[in-house]
Amino acid sequence: MQLDAKVPAGNLESKWTRHKFDMKLVAPANKRKKKVLVVGTGLAGAAAAATLAEQGYQVEAFCYQDSARRAHSIAAQGGINAAKNYQGDGDSIYRLFYDTIKGGDFRAREANVYRLAEVSVQIIDQAVAQGVPFAREYGGLLANRSFGGAQVSRTFYARGQTGQQLLLGAYSALSRQVGCGAVKLHTRSEMLDLVVHEGRARGIIVRNLATGQLTRHVADAVVLATGGYGNTFYLSTNATGCNVTATHRAYKRGAGFANPCYTQIHPTCIPVSGDHQSKLTLMSESLRNDGRVWVPQKQGDKRKPADIPENERDYFLERKYPGFGNLAPRDIASRSAKEACDSGRGIGDSGLGVYLDFSAAISRLGKPLVAERYGNLFQMYEKITAENPYETPMRIYPAVHYTMGGLWVDYNLQSTIPGLFVAGEANFSDHGANRLGASALMQGLADGYFVLPSTLGNYLAENSTPALSVDAPVFQTVQGEVEAQVQKLLSIQGTRSPSSFHRELGLLLWEHCGMARDKAGLEMALRKIPELRKTFWQDVRVTGSGAALNQELEKAGRVADFLEFGELMCLDALSREESCGGHFRTEYQTEDGEAKRDDANFSHASVWEYQDGRAPVMHKEPLVFENVKLATRSYK
Amino acid sequence: MNVRLHVWRQQSANAPGKMVQYEATDISPTMSFLEMLDLVNEGLVAKGEEPIAFDHDCREGICGTCSLMINGVAHGPNEATTSCQLHMRSFHEGQDIYIEPWRARAFPVIRDLVTDRSAFDRIIQAGGFVSVNTGGVPDANAIAIPKPDAEAAMDAAACIGCGACVAACKNASAMLFVSAKVSHLSLLPQGKIEGSRRATAMVAQMDLEGFGSCTNTQECEAVCPKEISVASIARLNREFLKASVESSH
Repeated sequence: MQLDAKVPAGNLESKWTRHKFDMKLVAPANKRKKKVLVVGTGLAGAAAAATLAEQGYQVEAFCYQDSARRAHSIAAQGGINAAKNYQGDGDSIYRLFYDTIKGGDFRAREANVYRLAEVSVQIIDQAVAQGVPFAREYGGLLANRSFGGAQVSRTFYARGQTGQQLLLGAYSALSRQVGCGAVKLHTRSEMLDLVVHEGRARGIIVRNLATGQLTRHVADAVVLATGGYGNTFYLSTNATGCNVTATHRAYKRGAGFANPCYTQIHPTCIPVSGDHQSKLTLMSESLRNDGRVWVPQKQGDKRKPADIPENERDYFLERKYPGFGNLAPRDIASRSAKEACDSGRGIGDSGLGVYLDFSAAISRLGKPLVAERYGNLFQMYEKITAENPYETPMRIYPAVHYTMGGLWVDYNLQSTIPGLFVAGEANFSDHGANRLGASALMQGLADGYFVLPSTLGNYLAENSTPALSVDAPVFQTVQGEVEAQVQKLLSIQGTRSPSSFHRELGLLLWEHCGMARDKAGLEMALRKIPELRKTFWQDVRVTGSGAALNQELEKAGRVADFLEFGELMCLDALSREESCGGHFRTEYQTEDGEAKRDDANFSHASVWEYQDGRAPVMHKEPLVFENVKLATRSYK
Repeated sequence: MNVRLHVWRQQSANAPGKMVQYEATDISPTMSFLEMLDLVNEGLVAKGEEPIAFDHDCREGICGTCSLMINGVAHGPNEATTSCQLHMRSFHEGQDIYIEPWRARAFPVIRDLVTDRSAFDRIIQAGGFVSVNTGGVPDANAIAIPKPDAEAAMDAAACIGCGACVAACKNASAMLFVSAKVSHLSLLPQGKIEGSRRATAMVAQMDLEGFGSCTNTQECEAVCPKEISVASIARLNREFLKASVESSH
């Protein structure tokens, strides 16, 4: 497997501008002859599909949801970063770049991150032009808020529904292209495999979830914008349908998978309330602007929060990280919460929770202003917990939220399979080992609106793909394999539901590949996951048939892939013998419990190559830092 | 707690459907309504029966996928709450709970509680956008927008497209949905420019899809999980009337 990052020459600031000029263009008349398949209609997918269609390419877009508007980007709450420096508080493209590289614990590719910061400013312009109703000041200009890991105010927001509004912007652009016939949109359509022909990605096999029908789609290039793999853990803040199937299948067809062990555990989620729990709900990081995180100083203190006096509380983030306080980055805030609970000071019945307290903010700002900033989040919290956060502190606990790892891509967002491009959370490119808040929306839209349409055009200009029919043997073979798996799942007729396997896998991963990992635990998980997978293929029970809407069958297919992918996550976590960002190996920590990176041996992306019937092979893309100095990340 | 469910079961779009009774036992009041259905489904799968099909995804009230008629009320008894955000503590021991799909000609049933709401997408495709391509747009702060306008636009833009408004309406009218998008865009300078064209095109598509007429009963507003106001319907009517007058010139 060749890992050529194809980073353009020249200084950091001019790489993207120069590359845009150097890339070849496709003439308008020829664009009409080229077809691109875009899988996923979240921020990255919808933006890419709309933009490619505007440019004149034939586009087909696919989503498993019943509408493109429901992709999980919709659930992002807090905001989107951009280096506009509208506040005049010292922000710049370079500062956003530096914050992102540092926030990612120096495990991302410099040139990609710089480009992200560079195009961030265009995203805000584009969204406003589409009618995205960002928050504004009384003078009519755009408002900003602060977010974790930054000391400037650069986050644009639309109440607590920024993801929703940005997605609806991208969805409206996509809908406009569907309306004029430039995009063919397939909803309730799940990609089940990738078709690679003569070394190039040429198509996909799709199952229509409403009818069960399998269809073949051929094109000149394929874009995967299918999100992350957080649901491998069963419990996460992802939507219940989010899955790893598209990227895992691409991996099995030859695309390198980078850094699967990098998962982000978000510090502020509503704690688990019982075994029946089907998903976890995030409370936006923006709450940490005004909320103070604390636990009782004494172990096992079960008094009501209001009865615990100030001097018996431990505001542990403010104490440990005075420079950033409650706005310490996510990985650090999560780990600190875990430490507090591990030391017996966790709150709530389970002892797995910490307080997020707004009483100081309410007395400083008044209830109406707090309500204006966070009203919908407080309401959501109260609906789930039946507790009023205006009167009593929120109870929060970390939960799986985002995955920084993903399919390896070069500077052009192309995977190791020519013609297969990967955008948004599905790729590994920009966040290193930890993503900063409000950067996922930025990356999804940067990839979709501004990067991919240029780089994909260059690929199509440089490569003439031979004519291929969906009746070609390669399509028949891949469809046959998909059909065989569907039939096998239906024929086992065992005793356990797909969900029961998923829950068991999730617990294993949370225990051994979650917020803290160690060699013994990972080795145990690597023994248990294959056993669980074996049981799955002997004892799963899938009711119904393949020829209709069958949600159990959908789940079973996704769980089958999670059971393979979870093993890759553990393998990667075991091989990375250092702590960095969201990957915390307990063997590698400083005396005061901070992550201890090993730049001499692990300053690389680990890229896994699938081997049929054998253990995957790991390749390394060395990370070269020409502009920033690698430093121990300190938020003190 | 234990509750008795009466659930609409329908094999496929053209098969006849019927209400089927299920006992949901050992339910925790902290469970969400959908987690209660998950549990009932696990029980059905264990018996080898096909589970109840229902649409859901984010389970935090923002994606708009869940769509259950619960005891005759779209999204159930709690105000400003989607089906997925409803918790079992809102019900009492031994309660009979009737669960049905959205019922509207424009939302045909696919299976059990799952309906086809693609009519909403086609209405947006007809005009629910600002016609700008990617790139070449002015700086985001080039046009100042009064805060109250931006806030009112956001109120309307909060629509999640779930279809509860249609399900609740005796005429199965889509006016609240359409008017929310028209309001959102017509309140902003970026969207005003093609306001007339948008209102005309979206209303035409709405009629084509087979939604009923609005008779101002305001049931839509009462069930809307995002509390979209019927004031948007007035705004749509104004935009539509303005467009008709303009086109008659």
